[in-house]
Amino acid sequence: MSDSVLGGPHEGGAARSDDGVPAPGQTGGIPRGPAPAAPRPPIAHALRDAVMAALVSVVLFVPLVGLRTDVSPGSGLIIRTRWADVAILVGLVFAGRLLLNLWQDHRPARTAPTARRTEVLRRIGTFVAPLLLGFAVVLPFLPGTSRYVLDLGILVLTYVMLGWGLNIVVGLAGLLDLGYVAFYAVGAYAYALLSTNYGLSFWICLPLAGIMAAFWGVLLGFPVLRLRGDYLAIVTLAFGEIIRVVLINWVSLTGGPNGISGIPRPSFFGLSFSAGGGPGSFSDFFGLEPSPTHRVVFLYYLILALALLTNWVTLRLRRQPLGRAWEALREDEIACRALGINVTNTKLTAFAIGAMFGGFAGAFFATRQAFVSPESFTFIESAIILAIVVLGGLGSQLGVALAALVMIGGFEAFRDLEEYRMLVFGGAMVAIMVWRPRGLVSTRTPSIALGKRRAISGDLVGEGHG
Amino acid sequence: MAYALQQLINGVALGMIYGLIAVGYTMVYGIIGMINFAHGDIFMVGAFISLISFVLIAMGGWTAGPGAILLVLLVSMAVTALYGWSVERVAYRPLRGSFRLAPLISAIGMSIVLQNYVQVAQGARVKPIESLVTGSVELWHGNGFAVSISTMQAMIIVVTLLVLAIFTWLVTRTSLGRAMRACEQDRKMAGLLGIDTDRTISITFVIGAALASVAGTMYLLRYGVIDFYIGFLAGVKAFTAAVLGGIGSLPGAVLGGLLIGLIETFWSAYFSVQYKDVATFAILVITLIFMPTGLLGRAEVEKV
Repeated sequence: MSDSVLGGPHEGGAARSDDGVPAPGQTGGIPRGPAPAAPRPPIAHALRDAVMAALVSVVLFVPLVGLRTDVSPGSGLIIRTRWADVAILVGLVFAGRLLLNLWQDHRPARTAPTARRTEVLRRIGTFVAPLLLGFAVVLPFLPGTSRYVLDLGILVLTYVMLGWGLNIVVGLAGLLDLGYVAFYAVGAYAYALLSTNYGLSFWICLPLAGIMAAFWGVLLGFPVLRLRGDYLAIVTLAFGEIIRVVLINWVSLTGGPNGISGIPRPSFFGLSFSAGGGPGSFSDFFGLEPSPTHRVVFLYYLILALALLTNWVTLRLRRQPLGRAWEALREDEIACRALGINVTNTKLTAFAIGAMFGGFAGAFFATRQAFVSPESFTFIESAIILAIVVLGGLGSQLGVALAALVMIGGFEAFRDLEEYRMLVFGGAMVAIMVWRPRGLVSTRTPSIALGKRRAISGDLVGEGHG
Repeated sequence: MAYALQQLINGVALGMIYGLIAVGYTMVYGIIGMINFAHGDIFMVGAFISLISFVLIAMGGWTAGPGAILLVLLVSMAVTALYGWSVERVAYRPLRGSFRLAPLISAIGMSIVLQNYVQVAQGARVKPIESLVTGSVELWHGNGFAVSISTMQAMIIVVTLLVLAIFTWLVTRTSLGRAMRACEQDRKMAGLLGIDTDRTISITFVIGAALASVAGTMYLLRYGVIDFYIGFLAGVKAFTAAVLGGIGSLPGAVLGGLLIGLIETFWSAYFSVQYKDVATFAILVITLIFMPTGLLGRAEVEKV
């Protein structure tokens, strides 16, 4: 939790408590004047506030929930009333608000994280990463791992990889990119087109897809070099939308909304994963019983290797001049210029390398699905990847992995909720952000330190202006 | 010539709707420096509340007329404004003073919540409504092509101008507007001088949501069909408009909205409908390359 407030032009001016939650005097349902309120018994105050919240929710829910419009069999719309649902929702808001107020009045005062606590957290952190990695490696061989779990693992790892790729751009270089999915799309379509039109194998196409995406990253990077902050955000978003619209409308090349199907599957050093076995297949060569699980396990390890490659490259780059230049750029662009860092090249390499990993992930996505269509590359995908990076903790590799596990795994865990699933997903994004504005992992390890390397609070790390 | 004039009228009517939404983006950006991604969905909520009100009025047997539309507009503004206020209170206020990306992610989450809330509450099917404002006036007849402005388009333009006039008066002439401008310039200083910044920010969201709900009502009347997904594209376009005009600048937002509306209409009329979004975004990118702070935006001076 952010205990100190970063200085900046948008720093909050009004009185607020140290953890970002409004002070008890301000929790009233209506924004009140600056005059301090007379002290009130906490229960009465909490009740009054909860009643206000319930009243507000009545106005919010009556039209949209209480009056359901349906297309009538004749013509026009008819209204069906659902007062019971409104009553339940209002009751939930009342109870929730009341409990929240009471909890805020009675919880112990939050103490600043002491050096010791940070140290303990760091120790735990050093265990979590190897444990997660070990678990990921042995997962296919654990008893009780079904095909479904493996597919879910592949999905989570894809997002981990995308998150790590975007982390280079957003977390290290501090450039806000809202169109990352465009590079994912470029990679996927590059593999799909090269393999279906020219019959190139996955292993030749994988680097090509990465190069192609990196090329597009540079292409996007050039015009936006001068832009900062939200101007950069909207241009990257626009770029993502342009790619998607072109994919939909360039029917002769991309198949339009129908996409490309029949994309070849990858092979294991030339051994195919055909379900029937047969000569030259994976099962035949190793003398195994032919099973469709082999391919899934192979795909699982493939994406695990790709994700770990992303992580390894990022960690190595952070210690090299290029990675240090990225982080310096994030902290202070003017100082970078003054010190003679080539800002143009530094930003372009961040875009290119981030895009390259997006392209790798895209090629993997295409070969795994054996089908690509523009529908998979909407803005919401970009938003989810960015959310994973920020929710995990900008610049924290472990945080990104945890956030991908929580968000994507959680999304699957709530499968039974059906239509409410996205609602819960969005709500969780808001809740995690409000609970931990600095992300799930709030400590960062400096890339370089004088003497012993120690974890520092995420608040001490800049977020860039680009 | 006549055809171009007709497209001009269509483009202005569309641009007015974008402009109304863009004002909400630019106001929020100006005052707390965040992209309110949920704003497009607030517009969608406004359109839904107008739809429900129209159906209620029709069931009550009131024949639709200017009075009914005004009433719906007011109801929709009031309820949508409360939605805007609640969104700020729940998702953004706890993150005040936090780092820049936290409210952005919270806003994206809120956008997902609002979209799916309306989908669950009102159903995923497209909601049609019979056209309430019909008729058109022929302005000019030339080369066998009649230029006409429909009553609907005239209404959109008049209502938008009226609302924007009231809004301009509010910002430039009232003490509330002064407080808003003060918060925009320097929130900490405004707080020190006795302005309740939290309240001012809340009111900014309320006004932005009310303007978006007017746009929602106009959209509903103009196109006759809405669904829970209309907020996304309209929101992106309006945000593009706000950036094109120079984010943080109120006249810029309206100008940007008009430009986006005109670009879209003319591109669809003379080139291809499929690529109209590409054209819009391409022009945005080109404009920003040459004017990195938009058309009317101020260059940010960085202190070292």
